[in-house]
Amino acid sequence: MTSPQQLLADEVRVAYDRQVVLDGVTLSVGRGETVGLRGPSGCGKSTLVRVLALLHRPDGGQVSIDGTPVTGVRYAVPVGLRTRVAVLFQSPRAAADPRLSLTDLIAEPLRAVRAPEPGVRERVAELADLVGLTPDLLTRRPHAVSDGQLQRACLARALVHRPDYLLCDEATAMLDASTQAHVAAVIADYQRAQNAGVLVITHDEALMGRWADRIVDLAGAVTAPAR
Amino acid sequence: MADLAARRALPRPLRSRLRPRRAGVVTAGLVLIVAVGGALLAPIVWPLDQSAVALDQTRLAPSWSHLGGTDDLGRDVAHRAVYGLRVSLLVGAVAALVATVIGGLIGGIAGTLGGRVDRVLMRIVDTIAALPHLLLGIFIVAMLRPSLGAVIASVGLTHWLSTARIVRSELLSLRTRTFVDAAISGGAGRGRVLVRHLLPHVLPRLALATTLMIPHAVWHETALSFLGLGLPPHLASLGNMISDGEGSLLTGAWWASLVPGAVIVVVTLAIAVLAARWRDRLDPRVRAELQL
Repeated sequence: MTSPQQLLADEVRVAYDRQVVLDGVTLSVGRGETVGLRGPSGCGKSTLVRVLALLHRPDGGQVSIDGTPVTGVRYAVPVGLRTRVAVLFQSPRAAADPRLSLTDLIAEPLRAVRAPEPGVRERVAELADLVGLTPDLLTRRPHAVSDGQLQRACLARALVHRPDYLLCDEATAMLDASTQAHVAAVIADYQRAQNAGVLVITHDEALMGRWADRIVDLAGAVTAPAR
Repeated sequence: MADLAARRALPRPLRSRLRPRRAGVVTAGLVLIVAVGGALLAPIVWPLDQSAVALDQTRLAPSWSHLGGTDDLGRDVAHRAVYGLRVSLLVGAVAALVATVIGGLIGGIAGTLGGRVDRVLMRIVDTIAALPHLLLGIFIVAMLRPSLGAVIASVGLTHWLSTARIVRSELLSLRTRTFVDAAISGGAGRGRVLVRHLLPHVLPRLALATTLMIPHAVWHETALSFLGLGLPPHLASLGNMISDGEGSLLTGAWWASLVPGAVIVVVTLAIAVLAARWRDRLDPRVRAELQL
């Protein structure tokens, strides 16, 4: 039974020029579940994430949130809807504006929607604590921290609006084992506390098996139960 | 602790590779300080009557009393070169600024909006770029009366094309960066992304483009004055002086053209050297290696 509480890509088709990347792909992420997405490199996993994150307009099909179809992408999506889906990108280096300190990086989405400043500072402190960033790291800019530390900041930024859906695009691929475990634990805790829907892309089969409630294979679009 | 030490150790080989260029940068800096300082202070410490002539002292070779010699009207060449430099630097700086504002706006609009607006604006830029810009500059001056304003307009209105292209391509490539996606996903609107994430990256490039434009604008002004389209002939400008000295060259008085010519070469070279060094520092690859 399909619950309306889900982020749904319905019969999504994406082509870059004549190269069809996604052809009629349907994927749903329900509230409270963790879905693993796997497939060989170049099969369109990242494109699917960009479509689900409302950052890329599909050439066919549509995305709906809790049963409401989303028209338009990027700036055209109302802010309230846009911030319900957050993305954690593969490369924290690329996903962080090199000019912002980690504090500003985490606070930016709140300031973008004109949240009052005292509340912003409180939320940043709370999230920094959650992801394990010490105060001296928060004043640094991205070039002065490691990939792992930067990805923690990006995770804090992704959670800042308390999104209902979190999409992790190989978010732990560039991290060392302990950071990877910590990031995964923070996401899992958040998912339980917020009853959020999480989509995880990873090539790490062991991590995927532990983490995901069900696994979707994009190459064949075959749904298989985990374990 | 360990990664901090590693970070300090890393840039060292690169630094030593850059060191030989430091002498050039220091020299260029000193030249520029002397040139700008001299140009600014000249009216106070060494006033010049622009229309004064001394017909009993024509074409004197450089000496201690006339460091740059005198021209065919007995005017001190070095003295007038300082005032010519004043005009050249003023025209260069203001015209470069005008070109930056126009180019920044056109490139900014094209790069921010993209699509059809971008295509139309860039075709206009291509069309103007296809015309010889000195000819276009002459056309603009010819429509106005010879004056400082006309020269600035002529230079400014013909030199914004490269700035527009730089800003546009910079914005177009920034727009596709992941951190812009992240900002949009976080709820930022167009204005917020532009002000917070795009402009701070473009502005240093824009400032650099302006600086690189100054030598170009100076040369353009000199060319216009040389062709008799710049400032009125009695006013000292480097182009006017080179042009006036042309007649003296045949009589052996090489200094009347060479001194203003040398001033312009040395000063524009100094600006170009400093701007090139600045560009290297801005280059993201070098900057990453230097951990700036």
